[in-house]
Amino acid sequence: MEKTHTLEQPDEKHETSCAHSGEKTRRQFLRDAGKTATGFGVAALLGHLGNYALSYAADKEPVQIGILHSLSGTMAISEVSLRDVVLMTVQEINAAGGVLGRQIQPVVVDPASNWDLFAEKAKQLLLVNRVDVVFGCWTSVSRKSVLPVFENYNGLLFYPVQYEGEECSRNVFYTGATVNQQAVPAVEYLMSEEGGAYKKFYLLGTDYVYPRTTNKILRAMLLAKGVPAANIGEEYTPFHHQDYQTIVGNIRQFARRGDAAVISTINGDSNVPFYKEFANQGLRSEDVPIIAFSVAEDELRSMDTTALVGHLAAWNYFQSLETPENNAFVSKFKAYCQAEGLPGGNTRVTDDPIEAAHFGVHVWKQAVEKAGTTNVDAVRKAVYGLEFDAPGGKKQMDAVNHHTYKPVLIGEIREDGQFSILSRTGLVRAEPWSEYTNPEKGCDWVNHKGTYQKT
Amino acid sequence: MIRPFAHTPFLRLAVLSWCLLGLQATGWAQVSTPPSTSTDRVGTHEALTTLAEGTWTEKTHAVTYLLQHGDPSLLPQLDALRSTANRRVRKLIKPVITLFRNQAGLASPDTETRRAAARDLGVRGTREALPVLRNALSNERDHWVRYDLEEAINLLTVEYAGPQDRLAAIQKLGDLRSDAALPVLQELADQPASTLEQHTLRNAAIEAGRRIQKWQEIASGIEILLQGLSLSSILLLMSLGLAIVFGLMGVINMAHGEMMMIGAYATYVVQEIFQACFAPSFFDYYFFFALPCAFVVAGLVGWILEGTLIRFLYGRPLETLLATWGVGLVLIQVARLIFGDLTAVQAPSWLKGSAQVMVGVQLPHNRLFIILLALFCLAGIYALLFRTGIGLRIRAVLQNRDMSACLGIPTRKLDAYTFAFGSGLAGLAGSALTLVGNVDPELGRNYIVDSFMVVVTGGVGKLAGTTTAALGIGTLNKVLEPSFGAVYGKVTILILIILFLRYRPSGLYAQKGRRLDS
Amino acid sequence: MRKRDDALIPENDQPTNRVLAGPLFWITGLVLLVGIPLLNLLPDDSPLHVSDFTLNLFGKFFAFAILALGLDLIWGYTGVLSLGHGVFFGLGAYAMGMHLMLQIGAESVYGNALPDFMVWNQVKELPWFWVPFHSFWFALVAVILVPMLFAAVFGFFVFRSRIRGVYFPIMTQALALVVWLVFNRNETNLGGTNGLTDFKHILGFSIHDPATQRVLYALTVLCLGLAYMLCRWVTRSRAGRVLIAIRDCEQRVLFSGYSPASYKLFVFVISAGLAGLAGALYVPQVGIITPNQIGVLPSIEIAIWVAVGGRGTLSGAIIGATGVNWMRSVLTNHVPELWLLVLGGLFIAVVMFVPTGIVGLFRQTHAKLPCWKIKIPGWHR
Repeated sequence: MEKTHTLEQPDEKHETSCAHSGEKTRRQFLRDAGKTATGFGVAALLGHLGNYALSYAADKEPVQIGILHSLSGTMAISEVSLRDVVLMTVQEINAAGGVLGRQIQPVVVDPASNWDLFAEKAKQLLLVNRVDVVFGCWTSVSRKSVLPVFENYNGLLFYPVQYEGEECSRNVFYTGATVNQQAVPAVEYLMSEEGGAYKKFYLLGTDYVYPRTTNKILRAMLLAKGVPAANIGEEYTPFHHQDYQTIVGNIRQFARRGDAAVISTINGDSNVPFYKEFANQGLRSEDVPIIAFSVAEDELRSMDTTALVGHLAAWNYFQSLETPENNAFVSKFKAYCQAEGLPGGNTRVTDDPIEAAHFGVHVWKQAVEKAGTTNVDAVRKAVYGLEFDAPGGKKQMDAVNHHTYKPVLIGEIREDGQFSILSRTGLVRAEPWSEYTNPEKGCDWVNHKGTYQKT
Repeated sequence: MIRPFAHTPFLRLAVLSWCLLGLQATGWAQVSTPPSTSTDRVGTHEALTTLAEGTWTEKTHAVTYLLQHGDPSLLPQLDALRSTANRRVRKLIKPVITLFRNQAGLASPDTETRRAAARDLGVRGTREALPVLRNALSNERDHWVRYDLEEAINLLTVEYAGPQDRLAAIQKLGDLRSDAALPVLQELADQPASTLEQHTLRNAAIEAGRRIQKWQEIASGIEILLQGLSLSSILLLMSLGLAIVFGLMGVINMAHGEMMMIGAYATYVVQEIFQACFAPSFFDYYFFFALPCAFVVAGLVGWILEGTLIRFLYGRPLETLLATWGVGLVLIQVARLIFGDLTAVQAPSWLKGSAQVMVGVQLPHNRLFIILLALFCLAGIYALLFRTGIGLRIRAVLQNRDMSACLGIPTRKLDAYTFAFGSGLAGLAGSALTLVGNVDPELGRNYIVDSFMVVVTGGVGKLAGTTTAALGIGTLNKVLEPSFGAVYGKVTILILIILFLRYRPSGLYAQKGRRLDS
Repeated sequence: MRKRDDALIPENDQPTNRVLAGPLFWITGLVLLVGIPLLNLLPDDSPLHVSDFTLNLFGKFFAFAILALGLDLIWGYTGVLSLGHGVFFGLGAYAMGMHLMLQIGAESVYGNALPDFMVWNQVKELPWFWVPFHSFWFALVAVILVPMLFAAVFGFFVFRSRIRGVYFPIMTQALALVVWLVFNRNETNLGGTNGLTDFKHILGFSIHDPATQRVLYALTVLCLGLAYMLCRWVTRSRAGRVLIAIRDCEQRVLFSGYSPASYKLFVFVISAGLAGLAGALYVPQVGIITPNQIGVLPSIEIAIWVAVGGRGTLSGAIIGATGVNWMRSVLTNHVPELWLLVLGGLFIAVVMFVPTGIVGLFRQTHAKLPCWKIKIPGWHR
């Protein structure tokens, strides 16, 4: 087209198009204005009619609850199972008559592993869907991102994953473990004669708040127990790190005397290349055990476990617990996944966060029944000190600090992706503020306003 | 692979195999230790009973007795005892268990197990382990197991033997360049020496320590180079396909990473098929089928992609970039819908473990394999480009597309083949990557920027450039990593590349031409 | 090779002397600026009520629209595709976020004057580069100047060395990766993966107060309008013509005695400034900024907003950014697993079938009739 143009032609065209655009604007002025206004009007009307319909329905019967777990993106691998178990629990409660005689209606949204979207979706659940409670979040980042939303709009969040502590929110109930319920006893176990009497510790984690804070507490604890600073290694890798050659080489150097253990807070998909490299460079679980705090049955399900066998993990629950309650829970979950046609079906497994997400719903239900209302403030008071049966045994909510009493279990990874339980303690009280790093602080929402200074 | 609900059978199996292992261990042990007499058997049996029921003093005697007269056949009984005992007793019988377990390990047919047992005894063993180790040494043929045994013997000698033996052992440890000896020697060197004897020992320890440290420096240098080579070969594998497609067709294929992902999933599927349909003995060979499969599947997808999409976007590189990125997103999500979020491939057993290159330097088999595969691909491409007719045509198109078309070369057809070939190479790379990492839908995303940097640094369309750039970037990365950390090392390299391109915009090996716009 | 590009760009946006935008712009602007907040003030149960949530959502979308305008300037008009605009957005956002972080003061979880993440990172003293951010005005200036400065340095290295065509996107992608990696580290004292969050106040007003959010929304719309006018002015000025000429044939521009590098650098820097402004408006409305908004993926997503709306047209950038983000918001609610498929499909479909984007499509279909008329003799001015 261009080649056929003479020199004048483009100019002509230029002129005409200018004239045309000027003319068009004038003529289209009113039409466009009208269109814009109508467009906005129609959009607004449609949206609001929808909202109306929803709010009308909400008044009648069901209790709305929100589920805020990533169903796509990098965290989906872990979080989808939590959505599944919450939905299963809701179904189970509904089948038994619901709560306060009302059915529970879950609202599922997908924050897509995007921390910013977490805040938006939380806002939507609280303001648009007006849910009474939200079950959700996995990473600490996502929790930190929604925290201001819940505090500002007085929502209620049940957070089911082990985390780093140092938090004491009025609007969150933490059904996962704090550092003193998982990492600290795990390292104490490794230091004990029974656990191998290890003297050197390599703290390896993904670079974010949970590993950093956990390792800070562990370091303080190790120093307090007389482990010299030279015997503690610390290293962080970014999310999705794949090349562990150098780090495993360092660990080999570090562990050459055979009295060293690796404390791993590596998260997600980096675990596979790490364990593979570890095994391939000739390090064995008998020589240098890795104890992990972020590797559970659900992650092992999709990994090649051969390189992991014999390494350790610390949790508050394992699927391999042999109790009638747990067996019932596990088979119920499998049956649910199969019946709903979820990927994995009957081969699905349960793990610590799944258990915590499950009993979180029950805790809320019991509290609502105790309070006789779904009102957030009333429910919150009802949760304090609540005792309940979980698949992993009897547990109790703390009377003041929004956390959960949990037992500590250490397990060894087996070839089939399950754990052989090596040690198990009684119920341990959660310390959101670690005695090693913040001995002066406490968390109490009954006698104080959250975090307070101990005198 | 995963049978989460097979607890009871699994437990039974575990118990059974444990017993069998114990029995086997006895069998092997009999090769290396003199067969125990019947009095020993009675004695050990009594000792075990004492351990379970006796007083504390009796128990300590029993342990001493067991250390001297027992053998690994007692392991099952000891383990049973341990599981019921309290912590104090557990602590007491720990040396016994360590000794016997490693003794059994030393008799294992697997060299790795023997080496681990020897190392463990060297660090944790007691004086009773010395005869066991010596015995094993006399029967051992494997070089590296012998090395570990000698190291262990000398370590224990330094700890438990008389002064004369200790001196010899220290010198021997220095000769061996023993890694594990360094902390022990350090302790000796730090001890105050008052007598002449102690002085000699101390000086020997210092001297040996120095030798070991010097060796370690060399070893770590070599190890870094090897790690760099391994990373370079991964980078090379990933960027070869990209370099060809980019160089020949000027197409920015942002879905290249997803082609790798397809290759990885192809490997996964082949593995699953082998697991389901063939006898376990064949399983180890699946990788030989997986590689061509990955190549063909990724190549096919590339061919379809070229035919349906990229064909229409030639000469519009930016648009191709966006469209292929979109294709990448779709492929990722499709893979996620089909395979779920994370799967992993089980490496065949011959790719597990590592080869000891020299004292203190190991090269894992899987990395070695990737290096070889990269060399193979490089050679293959070289042969294809410079030794075949089609290669001649490809090079012609690369140099001057219009002229080649005038001379009757079917450039469009050639493009399709090239793109398919490039995608196939990506598939191979993805298949190889399953050996080091996991298989997830976003696998390619982790590498795409890196491989583009390699191609751009090397210079478009130059095989030698791509190879040099891969080697340079990979090695530099590993050289920087120990001091900078993984992240800052990478950041430094990326900044260096940007600065480098500031002065050589067309990369290391620029295409010669007079056009301003190339 | 390059020629095929220009055929795609509608020729409507030819430079004219008229700087002020058309009436459509003023009407839309007025509706968005005054109308929507007024609807928001209506009582909750009114059917026309716009909820705080929706208002907030659209505030975010319009912040993205400013970012898209910036990218359109460099890509749509100058033909240089930057895949690192997330970086400039992030720099602006972090600059504002740092100020808001310091405003939290002792109300934080740790009750410490330092930001929370520094406490758990065991930082005892406020790093030097945080100190000036106590001042709102400094932050306000930094929001625009820091990205511009960064763009100037990067652009200087890249444009001078005649890196162009597909090399530039690759380089900027590497840049996005570098900055993403650095921002993710906790040692850099920028909050690591968690980024900056838990803001409480802005200029003394509570950030969660609906009134504050309303003002922020209005401010965003205002800034969007100003950015639009700025871009319009730039593209219709003499320099704008050179930019378009660079897009269409850089060599001819070079041979005509212009220095394409300086022009590209100029527009790249302006574009970075706009991205920074967008980031600053985004942060108080969303309440969190993390490295996730900086990386390779979000950066390339910006390009698709512009492409969908119609590159080379300013209204296209705005429509694209708002539309795609709205769609994401809706789709992640109802069919989460489809979102990536839709996004990927959009990339392909736009490039293959509607290279001129929505606006281009609209103009094509609507301009047809008058176009016929144009050819009738007598249409001379």
